Formats: sequence, C-alpha cells, structure tokens
Amino acid sequence: MVSSMAKRPDLIPGTLDMLILKTLSRGSMHGYGIALSIKRLSEEVLTVEEGSLYPALQRLLVQGWVRAEWKMTETNRRARFYTLTAAGRKQLGVELSQFEQMLAAIGRVLQDA
Amino acid sequence: MDWLARTFRKFRFLAGRETFNRELEEEMTFHRAQAEKELIADGMSPEEAHFAAQRQFGNDARLRDHSQRITSLWFETSMQDMRFAIRQLRKNPGFAVTAIVILTLGIAASIAIFSFVDAALIKPLPYKNPSRLAILFETTRLGPRFHLSYPDYLDWKRDNTVFESLDVFDPNGFIMRSPAGPQDVDGSSVSAGFFRTLGVTPILGRDFHPDEDQPAAPRSALISYAAWQRRFGGRNDVIGQSVNLDGNPTTIIGVLPRDFHFAPAEPVDFWASERSTGGCEKRRSCHNLFGIARLKPGVTFAAAFADIKTIAQNLERQYPESNRDQHAFMMFLTDFIVGDIRPILLVLLSGAALLLLIAAVNVSSLLLVRSERRKREIAVRGALGASRARLIRQFITEGVVLALSAGVLGTALAYVIMQLFLRLIPTDMLASMPYLHQIGLTFRVLVFAALITLAAGVLFSLLPAVRISLSDLREGLSENSRSSSGTVWRHFGANLVVTELTLAVVLLVGAGLLGKSFYRLLHVDTGLQIDHLAIMQIAASGDSYKSDQQLINLERELQARLSTLPGVKSVALTGHLPLGDGDGTTELRIIGRAYHGENNEVAIRKVSANYFSTLQARLVRGRYFADDEDESRPKVAIINQQLARQYFAGQNPLGMQVSLGTDDPKPMQVIGVINDIQEGQLDAAPRAAIYPPFNQDPPSYFGLVMRTSQREDSLLSSAEDVIHRIGPALAVSYAVTMKQRVHDSPSASLHRSSAWLVGGFAALALLLSVVGLYGVIAYSVSQRTREIGVRIALGAPRSSVYRLILGEAGRLAIAGIGAGLLCSLAATMLIRKLLFDVQVWDVTILASVGLVLAAAGLLASYFPARRAASINPTEALHTE
Repeated sequence: MVSSMAKRPDLIPGTLDMLILKTLSRGSMHGYGIALSIKRLSEEVLTVEEGSLYPALQRLLVQGWVRAEWKMTETNRRARFYTLTAAGRKQLGVELSQFEQMLAAIGRVLQDA
Repeated sequence: MDWLARTFRKFRFLAGRETFNRELEEEMTFHRAQAEKELIADGMSPEEAHFAAQRQFGNDARLRDHSQRITSLWFETSMQDMRFAIRQLRKNPGFAVTAIVILTLGIAASIAIFSFVDAALIKPLPYKNPSRLAILFETTRLGPRFHLSYPDYLDWKRDNTVFESLDVFDPNGFIMRSPAGPQDVDGSSVSAGFFRTLGVTPILGRDFHPDEDQPAAPRSALISYAAWQRRFGGRNDVIGQSVNLDGNPTTIIGVLPRDFHFAPAEPVDFWASERSTGGCEKRRSCHNLFGIARLKPGVTFAAAFADIKTIAQNLERQYPESNRDQHAFMMFLTDFIVGDIRPILLVLLSGAALLLLIAAVNVSSLLLVRSERRKREIAVRGALGASRARLIRQFITEGVVLALSAGVLGTALAYVIMQLFLRLIPTDMLASMPYLHQIGLTFRVLVFAALITLAAGVLFSLLPAVRISLSDLREGLSENSRSSSGTVWRHFGANLVVTELTLAVVLLVGAGLLGKSFYRLLHVDTGLQIDHLAIMQIAASGDSYKSDQQLINLERELQARLSTLPGVKSVALTGHLPLGDGDGTTELRIIGRAYHGENNEVAIRKVSANYFSTLQARLVRGRYFADDEDESRPKVAIINQQLARQYFAGQNPLGMQVSLGTDDPKPMQVIGVINDIQEGQLDAAPRAAIYPPFNQDPPSYFGLVMRTSQREDSLLSSAEDVIHRIGPALAVSYAVTMKQRVHDSPSASLHRSSAWLVGGFAALALLLSVVGLYGVIAYSVSQRTREIGVRIALGAPRSSVYRLILGEAGRLAIAGIGAGLLCSLAATMLIRKLLFDVQVWDVTILASVGLVLAAAGLLASYFPARRAASINPTEALHTE
C-alpha cells in the first residue's frame, strides 16, 4: 500500500499540535481555516495533512487544550469552531519554549560543524 | 488528575458516539467543500476540483478510524475486535467447535489431574511444620513396617535424643453402645501428647492433659469435625457428654479442626486416649502401635534414624526373647502418606501436560490453515486502511476468544471429571486418603486454570500474528506467497501427527488391554454365585456371648429368624467373608505324615452347615456338615480342591486326619472336598483353604451371608433390624451386597480406575491425532492449491487428486500406526502386572486399534482431499 502521506514532506514531528495551538491563539477557527492559515503564513511550505489535522484536533480536545462549538461562517454554513482554552494557552507556552530550546540546540550543533 | 480528566472527557465522547461520528462527517464534508471552492476559485473546473479535494483529503476511512481511536477508551476497540472475532468464529462453526472442543478437553484433563496433585502433593498436611514429622515402625522378619510394642515405645520415648516428642496411635476402632444398639465406630487410640506432637489444637474444648493416658485418669476422647457434625449435630454442648466405647464410659473433651486429618489412621470419628491397661500393653512381643515423632530443630532425618536404630539394637540385646530381629524403621510422615501416590500423580500430570501441549499445537495448526485461507481477506482489509497492528490485534483477539472459551468450558468440565474420578475410588479407599476430600476448584486450581488458559491464548495469538507480519500483506493479494516458513510448518506438523498417532495407538492398546482384563476379572470364576447375595459383619461382644454354647445358640437363632424374612432363601455364617483380603490363615499338619518344619499356611474359615449351599458352591466329593455337628461330635473339616491338590496329590483326602495351629492340635477328619471359593481378591491365585464347622469352635466376630430371591439390597435393613432384636449387644457393620463387595474390592477398583483413566487419555489422544492429521493435510492442501490447479488444468482426473492427498495422509497414518503398534509392545510390558488373564500380545486388540485409527485417519483426510479435488483450476491459476 502506498500511503498518501508520503507525497509531501512531513512537518517536523511533534510540531503540529504547537502550530494548531499557535494558530488558535489568534482567535477561534474551524478546521479548514486552521489548515489554510498554516499554509498561508508558512508561504505554502507547511501543508497540514487533513488526515492528521482532525485526529490532532480530537487529541487536543481530549487533553482539554481546545474547546469546540458549532457556529455559522460568514458564508452562512455550519462549521465547528475551535477555541484555545486557558490550559491550551499554558501548553502553547510550554511547547514554544521547548521548541525554542531545541532550535537553539540544533543551531549550535550546525554552527559547530 | 490529568488522566482522570482525560478519561472523563473520553467518556463524554463515548456517551455521544453517534453525535461524534455525525459531527466528524459534517466537519469533513465542510472541509472538502471549502477546498473545492478554493480550487474552483483558482480556475479549476468543478469536476476536477471535486476529485482533487477528495484526493487531497486522503483515505476517509482511515482518518475516521484514527480520530475515533484517539477519542475512544481502550476497551472500545477491544470490544469491537471481540465482536468481530466471535462473528468470525460463528461464521466457521466447524473450525470453532473443533478448536474449542479439543482445547477444552486438554485443559480439563490437565486441571482435573492438577487438582489431585494439588490436594495430595502441594497442599501441606494440616499439621504444624509437617516436614519435621516422622512415623516410626518396628521391622520384623515379615517386613519393614510393623507395629511397635508398648514397652518398646516407652523405651524409645525415654532414650532418644533426637525427637522433641514421640507419641503413638493405634487405629483399632471401637464398639460404641448407643440407645440404637452397639455400633462399630471408626476410632483410634492415641497417647496423650499425640495432637501436641502434630501441632494441632482443638477448635472446641481442650486437648488431652499430659497424663490423661495413665490408667488412673478418667477416660476421655476428642472427636473429629465430621463426627461432631454427623453424630452430635455440631452442638457446642457436646463437650462433657459421655459415650460408651468398648464398654468404657468416655467423656468427650474436644473437637478437632475441620481440615484436620491423619491418613495413617483414617477414618476416625473418636480419638480416645491410649491405655496401658490391656494385656497386650504389658508384653514386648505384642505389637499394636505406630509411632509418630517430631524431629528436634537441626536434627537431620538420618541422624534421628540412626539414633532410634541404636536404641532398638540395645533393646534387642537386652530382651532377646521378645525383640530378636526387631529393628527400628522411620519415614517422613509426608512420604508415608503420599509417597505411594506421588509417582502415579506425577506421571498422570506429565501425561496430561503432554496432551494439552499437543492439543494446543493442533489448534495452532488449525489457526494457521485458517490464516492461509484468510490471506486475501487480510490483504484487502490492509488495502482498505487497516493498520498492521490492528490486523495482528484482530488475530490476538481471536486467539484469546478461543482460549478463553476453552478455559471456561475446560474448568467446568474439569470439575465434572474430578467428581467422576472421586467416584471411581471406592468409599473405603477414599476414607484412607482424607487429603482428597478437599478436591475441587480451589484457589490454586483456578490459578492453574487461568495460567494454562493464558499460555494457550498467547500461543494462539502469536502464531498467526507472526505469520501475518512475516509475509507482506501485499503478497496476499496475488496469492503467490509460498514462504519457506510454510514448508517448515508442514514438516513439523507431519512429525507431530506421526507422534500423535503413535501415542494414540499406545494408549488405545493399553486401554483395550486394561478394559479386557477388567471384564475378565469381573467374570472370573469365584466358585460362588455373586448375585442375590447379601452380606454383613457381626460382632458379638459382652457377657451374653462368652461361652461357645451362647454363640452356637446365637448362630441357630440368626438362622431361624432371618430365614423367615420374606425373600430370604437361606442364611449362613462364616469366620471370614469370601472375596476379602485373604487373611485368616493357620498352619496345617497332616496326621501320620512326617513333619520337617515346613510352613504349611492355609486359609481357615469356620462356616455353618449350609454355608456352601448358600454360596452355591459345588461339592466335589464327600459330604457337607450336619446341622448338629458341634463340640460334642468328632472334629471334622471340609477342604477345597486346591488344598487337596497341594497336600493330597494322588490320594483320596476323605478320611484323612489333619490338625490346625500349633497350640492345641486336635485332629479333625476330612469329610468333604469343595470347589475353590475365592477367599482373596478376584485376581488372586487359588489358595488352599480348610473349612471346619462353625459350631465346633464358634468365633465371636463373623460374617453373615444371605441368599435372597428378591433384590438383595432391599433386605439389608430389615435383616439388620431382626439382628438387633435378637441381640441388642450385637454390632452389625458393613452390610452390603456381594456385588457391591466385588465392585468395591481393591482389585476391581484398581482395574476399573486404570481402565477408565487410560481409556480417557486414549480417547483424548485419538481425537487429537485425528484433528492433527486433518490440520496438517488441510494446511498442505491450502499450500498446494495452485499446484493442484495446474494438475487439474493439465487433465489430471479428480480421482488422482484424491489419491494424491489421501496418499499423503496415508503415509503419515501408516507411519504413526506402525510405530504405535511397536511402541505399544514395549509400553504394555510396563502394565503387564496390572493385566489379568490377558496376554500382552492380544491380536484382536492390536488389530482393532489399528483399524480404528486407520478409519479415523481416513475420515480426517477425506475432507481436505475433497476440497482439493473440487479446486477450480481457472480460479486457482487466475492470480498467477
């Protein structure tokens, strides 16, 4: 079986949750909106695979970092909007600082070489 | 806390599972619609955009599955797998039933035998530190395990330096006087420290005081828990009550714990204190006791044994007349109690374990056959998005469902088997093995059941799972995977089947021989007519039966009164009932013949005049006794044919004078020869026996036989009533039918239980070998599908396909049966001693076993052969 995921380069593992949380920190959004926002802000470098986006959202819901509610979009369609919770905001902080530490570490290694 | 909150949220998802699915669906539809809109905005045609969006979205089903897995609780998917597994098994009932049945049988046999091992060997004996207890005997010229005399006991107790304490017991039984008349009760006399040595304390009342076995102390007794319940209704006021044992008023002072038992003396209701008042206790030459001792801490068995051996040697020197050739003998109590049964149980347990292993391997091979057939299904499910882990989990679930059902059924069946086993053991024998009373589904047995179920489950899950992960899923789609592991399995399976068949042949031959010898045993000529014969044992004690005349009057009255009972044809008395242990012998001298000190032991039975006609024995020559041949008349005797053959070969024994015993050799004249009545066990060789008239020297403990015209068991209680009316001081015990006596006799029981046991194992082995053969052949067919397809396509007739497959099976069957017949020759030599009147080389049995297995093998290979012959060549080759 050929996986559909193999077509595009993957995100750095473990960063999807952080990207979603960061995106939601700018306001509540539906799933498509999140994917679009990440794609645009990364200037089309990062594409969030739908196959991972929704499971990730469920995971965040289970962890209690996001909240979901059905609302109407500007075009008057029903969509599920995700909002960051207080716990989610805290988690975003944790993940950002961890990520920065890691980036710095990687940077040092690369400079050395 | 986090974990708790997460689980709580998951439960909320679970509650709204329907909503969740609907919402996820809607969300994804929305997503696709948005993506489509964007693509159209980018200039794509609506149709293209629709497909592009779909593609981009990827595998719908997998995504849904993934999301669901995140939000679901762990058991939800397991339940799903479980439901699917059960559905799969139900879709294929032949496979499911076969697998579960053979596994259930294997598990049940193992559990049942383990329960006996647990009760006899694992569960410690109910004493404090049972491993420090030893049982003591005196060795005489007759054998190593004989009784101690009371004076020797006192010396051993005083002189030893190795025992914390040394006590004795005498499992003699008592006659208990009760308002209902005297009763034979199970009992034992013990020295006062007996229970302290064992480390047992009564649950009610008290133990004996240290000097309570002295002549001056009032008589007292402890009772067993069972006797307390049965005889005294479990009432607390039993303490202080008085019972009359052997004519002595005895006070009950305590009740022993429920789980207490002491096999060397069981069954015991009353534990009375031993007295040194009897005549026997005064003499060193009178042996009536067994010793029980607790080793001092740090003293080894060998050191203790050496110590009492030295004491016995000193006594031998000191009292040469009474103690010549008498040595000390000692065993660990545990070894004495379970030593004989230990090797039997261990052999049985290994046998059961072996069968269980074979059963498990067989089920695995069936599972493999199935997994071969399901390759396509699995590949399709993989292509549709099932992850490998999920597929393997599905197999594991199926294995667990199989093992679990077999485990539960097997445990239930094991319980039934245990009860059947216990019923195979006659009551008397069971009473002497009190540790078997606790057999059942105890905690340890259940743990054992759980463990083997678990092991089976692991095995079944791993095998197919390993196969799945070894072979690439994609290969299954093209069905051209003939991996080397398949060949390995075929070789292993073929060898296994040959082994199984061999084992089945050996066990079947063994069962056949044992069954035949059991049949022969039950139909052996005993010299008497067994049916319609009621028997009982009577003890006439007390003042009314002191003189011979009183006993003769008793005999006459018993005859007269019992014969009038409706349904009774005749009544007779004998010193020893026939078909017993063959005990009761005396020394025979023939008057007028030179005596050179030879030991002419013959069985002696003092019988009433109509004894032989009541048994329907056959008079060979001479005459029967007359009714009035008592002490006033010349002494006479009837001998059996064996005695005539042994001592009067070529002579006419009639009119010969013989004497019995050495004390008072009054000559008696031989007046008749009777056919050989089996006095010993059914399988005992004929033994010389002499029958003097009951009335010429009447015993006070004798057997009564009644020939009846109606069912013999229906007369037992009315006969007992009559006897109690004749003499309230008569104790009646062991009132049974002769059929029951034969049924319960040690030889019949031994033959019956071994025939059943080996038969059970044989049936299991037969079933296993059939299933094993089926499994291997079916697997081979599934592996050779394409080859057979090619053959058929090239014009091979169906019949040649049958021949191909049946030939493969036939080679295995012939190898197995042949090896089995050879091995059974060696194996049956081991059970030769158990066989009665049957040759080890019994051609009918060997031939029928061979035929049964050949037929079973044919049946097992017919179904795969039919499947092979009906292979559709186009289908089989289609995937090439």
